[in-house]
Amino acid sequence: MKLSDMTELAVRNLREAILRNSLTTLGVAVGVASLVAMLSLGVGLQQLATSRLSKSGLFDSIFVTPKTNLRGPGAGPPATRAAAPKARRLDDAARAEFAKLPNVIEVYPQIRFFTEVRFDGKPFATMVAGMPESSKASGSFDGMQGGFFSSGSADEAILQTEFAKELSLQTSSLIGKDLVLRYAERQALAPPDGSSDGGGFSVVPKEKHLRIIGVVETEPASGFGGFGSGRLLIPLAVAETLRAAQVNDLRDVLRDSGGDKPAYSSLTVRVKSASLVEATEAKIKEMGFGAFSLLDASKSMRIFFSVFDLLLGIFGSLALAVATLGIINTLVMAILERRREIGVLKALGAADRDVRQLFFVEAGVMGLAGGVLGVFFGWLIGRSLTLGTNIYLKRQDLPGVEISAVPWWLVGGAVGFAVLVSLAAGLYPASRAAKLNPVDALRYE
Amino acid sequence: MSRNTDLDSDAAFQLEHVCRHYAMGDTSIRAVDDVSLTVPAGEFLALLGSSGSGKSTLLNLMAGLDRPTSGAIVAAGRNLAQLSSLELARYRRETVGMVFQSFNLLPRMTLEENVELPLRLAEVERSDRAARVRDALEHVRLTKRTGHRPSELSGGEQQRTAIARALVNRPKILLADEPTGNLDSATGEAIVTLLREIQSNLGMTIVMVTHERPLAERFADRLASMGDGKLLSADRTNAAATVDDSAEIRR
Repeated sequence: MKLSDMTELAVRNLREAILRNSLTTLGVAVGVASLVAMLSLGVGLQQLATSRLSKSGLFDSIFVTPKTNLRGPGAGPPATRAAAPKARRLDDAARAEFAKLPNVIEVYPQIRFFTEVRFDGKPFATMVAGMPESSKASGSFDGMQGGFFSSGSADEAILQTEFAKELSLQTSSLIGKDLVLRYAERQALAPPDGSSDGGGFSVVPKEKHLRIIGVVETEPASGFGGFGSGRLLIPLAVAETLRAAQVNDLRDVLRDSGGDKPAYSSLTVRVKSASLVEATEAKIKEMGFGAFSLLDASKSMRIFFSVFDLLLGIFGSLALAVATLGIINTLVMAILERRREIGVLKALGAADRDVRQLFFVEAGVMGLAGGVLGVFFGWLIGRSLTLGTNIYLKRQDLPGVEISAVPWWLVGGAVGFAVLVSLAAGLYPASRAAKLNPVDALRYE
Repeated sequence: MSRNTDLDSDAAFQLEHVCRHYAMGDTSIRAVDDVSLTVPAGEFLALLGSSGSGKSTLLNLMAGLDRPTSGAIVAAGRNLAQLSSLELARYRRETVGMVFQSFNLLPRMTLEENVELPLRLAEVERSDRAARVRDALEHVRLTKRTGHRPSELSGGEQQRTAIARALVNRPKILLADEPTGNLDSATGEAIVTLLREIQSNLGMTIVMVTHERPLAERFADRLASMGDGKLLSADRTNAAATVDDSAEIRR
């Protein structure tokens, strides 16, 4: 029999015992729904965690230090260090090279210094941090008052709430006002005797006018060892032009060998995604620098979620397994009821194969209908869980989250799985129906 | 195919020492016991016998619904005993049509859909089906109420539908198992008249199992009687002569 005829007959047969078959299909739907709900929860939580973490810049960043920096995280005891590549200075040339590497979005130094700010004629002491462009996407600036820097080199500042409250209790009134940054510029000194080593620097006081454009709730962190304690944030490019004396400078002076050429104590290299970190990190190491990333941490997180999904999947599948028994039961019942019909079909020339396929298609149709319905139910369950969670979070004055997600692969996978499981459940009834002796079946009253 | 060399090529059926035994506990029941019978193509044969005589079992063997314990059943040049189950299904679909005492129409399908069923099994193109169904229904003179379900029709109409279903794949042989058993005598007679008509119009071979001897004598070419699984006699009837004469005249 052709598949179209087979399907038509199968659907007809299913409609004949509409109540029983609907209940069986509903059983499959509930099974699929529990599977989809569980997995959508797993996927949603994973997406939530990874998006938060990737926004934070922890997992797609590589922390680069000069190889000579013994205290850097990339260095080990001398015996274990690779001898091959020549240690290089972490200077502007190296920075440009990093920027040219494939998949690199951004290369930036850490700039953070403690200084005095004048606002409304009064002095305030605070920590200033340069923010790279990409920090806008970190999520830390979501829900801020005002806006992010209009450009990478704008003379603008964003205040951290606690600091803003020191300036004015009405923090929103600060936006649009000016403040003055008083800082110490570092000026390199010529070596006293013309030799290349031992370059010191002098410190010259300077001022910079900045316009307050925003107030941010949390303290943004961008990259590890990052900007955690910055309370007055300015664009990184602006911070770089200031050439302010930093805490690290002192350390540099103690062991610096580079004379007056500016060098970075560290650079953060940001790549497109966490999966690209490993390759880029290896390239940077080849170039002769120390490099470090939190890749291992992200790997173990992925392993955790794989196991988590697996467990959720197993629990979700239990309901589907029960539904499978329902399909077997329904089809075996159908054989008893339809003995005569099977006999007639065989007398009219249906081969065993035709009868088997007919029952198979019936099981498949129930699986397909149950699968589609189940995905919808599962999605509903996920939505209600998200809704419930968000109501709870709102009561706690926390921002809402998306804890369940039903991606297309889950939709296709769940429906496919439901059909597959139903077909497997149809195996036994179908072969039993096919084996029915037509003479006995027709005699049956 | 057959172990027999003198195979009658004109025969619709050639049965050679056909046995069908059932094991029932320790005893063996010989439902069909060493039956040899030749049915020439185009003949209307009536199989008579009391219940339990083995006539229905013999018909089932000829229909390819059952297999003989021993012996050969040659139909359309092939020994049914040696066919695979797939080939037997094909034989039932293409070579023979079957009619039953209890009609065996599928209750949830309309008359048209019931008649269409063998066309589905034979994978006939959808576009050809409507004409084939109409054609078959015309042969049994059923043109009204074809969209109704079997339960809404009389027994005679149901049996006509069943005959149309048996004819729709244009088989050469029609096998009828007590086709009048569930009908009143007038309707039963009408059905057998119809069978006789179909036999002469379409040139079909018909084997009809019945226990109504008068009806068989009036319409069948030959009567075969069975008792205790054995073939007791196979004689020509008067009907055969008159039909042969009329066939002669037509020619």
